[in-house]
Amino acid sequence: MELHQQYPVRLRINGQDREFNVESWVTLLDLLRERAGMTGTKKGCDQGQCGACTVLVDGKRINSCLTLAVMQDGKEVTTVEGLAQGEDLHPLQQAFIECDAFQCGYCTPGQLCSAVGLMNEGQARSRDDVRELMSGNICRCGAYPQIADAVVHVMDLRKNASGDKPAFTTGAVLA
Amino acid sequence: MNPFTFTQARDLDGVLAALNAGEARPIAGGTNLLDLMKEGVMRPAQLVDINGLDLDRIDASEDGGLLLGALARNADTAYHPLVRERYPLLSSAILAGASPQLRNMASNGGNLMQRTRCVYFYDIGTPCNKREPGTGCPARDGVNRQHAILGTSETCIATHPSDMCVALRALDATVHVQSSSGKREIPFADFHRLPEDRPEIDNTLQPGELITHIGVPQADRFIDHSAYIKVRDRLSYAFALVSVAAALDLEGGAIKAARIALGGVAHKPWRVEAAEQTLVGEAPGEAAFMRAADAILQGARGYGHNDFKLALAKNAIVQALTTAARGTAAAGGQQAHRGDRA
Repeated sequence: MELHQQYPVRLRINGQDREFNVESWVTLLDLLRERAGMTGTKKGCDQGQCGACTVLVDGKRINSCLTLAVMQDGKEVTTVEGLAQGEDLHPLQQAFIECDAFQCGYCTPGQLCSAVGLMNEGQARSRDDVRELMSGNICRCGAYPQIADAVVHVMDLRKNASGDKPAFTTGAVLA
Repeated sequence: MNPFTFTQARDLDGVLAALNAGEARPIAGGTNLLDLMKEGVMRPAQLVDINGLDLDRIDASEDGGLLLGALARNADTAYHPLVRERYPLLSSAILAGASPQLRNMASNGGNLMQRTRCVYFYDIGTPCNKREPGTGCPARDGVNRQHAILGTSETCIATHPSDMCVALRALDATVHVQSSSGKREIPFADFHRLPEDRPEIDNTLQPGELITHIGVPQADRFIDHSAYIKVRDRLSYAFALVSVAAALDLEGGAIKAARIALGGVAHKPWRVEAAEQTLVGEAPGEAAFMRAADAILQGARGYGHNDFKLALAKNAIVQALTTAARGTAAAGGQQAHRGDRA
């Protein structure tokens, strides 16, 4: 039947080219979890309200629950599984550990992907900006201060590495 | 979600032909449409993905204004250098809406087409004249904290949820639409409509028409004195209880022109040009701003849980005008926004 037609979708997920055939109504989130085996991305509210499903598509963070897989055909998708380089954690993952920004773990993959997207976007100039620009990720454990610490810390590190003076201080207590 | 067929549009003619056939609905960002489809509120039989159309640019127009492509994303629009420089009000209104993830996906055209977040509209287990005409409006006597205080009708007290549209209304934008029989421009004031006895119809877009661009006329005289104030239940990422887009043209300590548009209070962005006129020639100050606020809110009424919006709207108008008179925050965007809650 025409309505149950399958649509071909090609995606580059965490550096690997993958091909799928999906029904029209399969969201990118469901494709990632149910068909691509990338269960790091979490299904929270499934309505774009919690941010647990945040992934990067062509480097931009989006809610994967609110887009159809067929609409992302040909795109590059990065999930939390794609942030580390082999055994080397992404600097943000390391900072989340050091700042005790992990809580129950359900919101963390989305928080990490969102933070990477935030840095790609380059709009945050202060800790307040970080808080505002992380507001699409809801954490009921209340880890917000530590998450902001971790993001601010990594942004400072990057500024230091490029030789620029940090635009602000972190407030993070790091070993 | 109900089953539907999906096609990817290759060109505008193809989209318009599909829209003419009647069954198809265009999808761009999809952030509201897919949500409504998951809830069963909307059940289109066919989606046409229009993201392949060449409508995602933001260009300066010859008359000194801007032409925003319908497919440009909300985030790209808010952070666009021309928007930040010339329309800080629009930039900060967009950045006050939704979350970064949603703004990265949501398109400008889709922002205009987003539907109310009235809880009864969203809950298919309840009656709703907007969702199923003739079934009633439980919001009138129900939980109506978020609901409208202006322009309501017996059939509907829902609000339009957009922030971007409030700024566009203040800026006298036009909506450029196209159908297979040609193009037309709809003044922003006439795009969204009041519920009256047809609350199921949100706007004046005709069947077969697609939004292609949003035109924003030159507004340089307001650059230095504008503010978008949004009052909501939490600091960020929530719909407005009341929002105000205010812009002033000041010369020699007097108001030469004023623009004031409200969000969160009506079925459409609310603006009363006569109220703005009361400010012309006046010195900016609380007394004049209060009078203008009273003029805007004439006829406003609450429905119980939202009675507080009458006072809130008045205060928000005065605050927005006071902030605008003080000067647009240099950084624009979320900085300007935050400057006001500090």
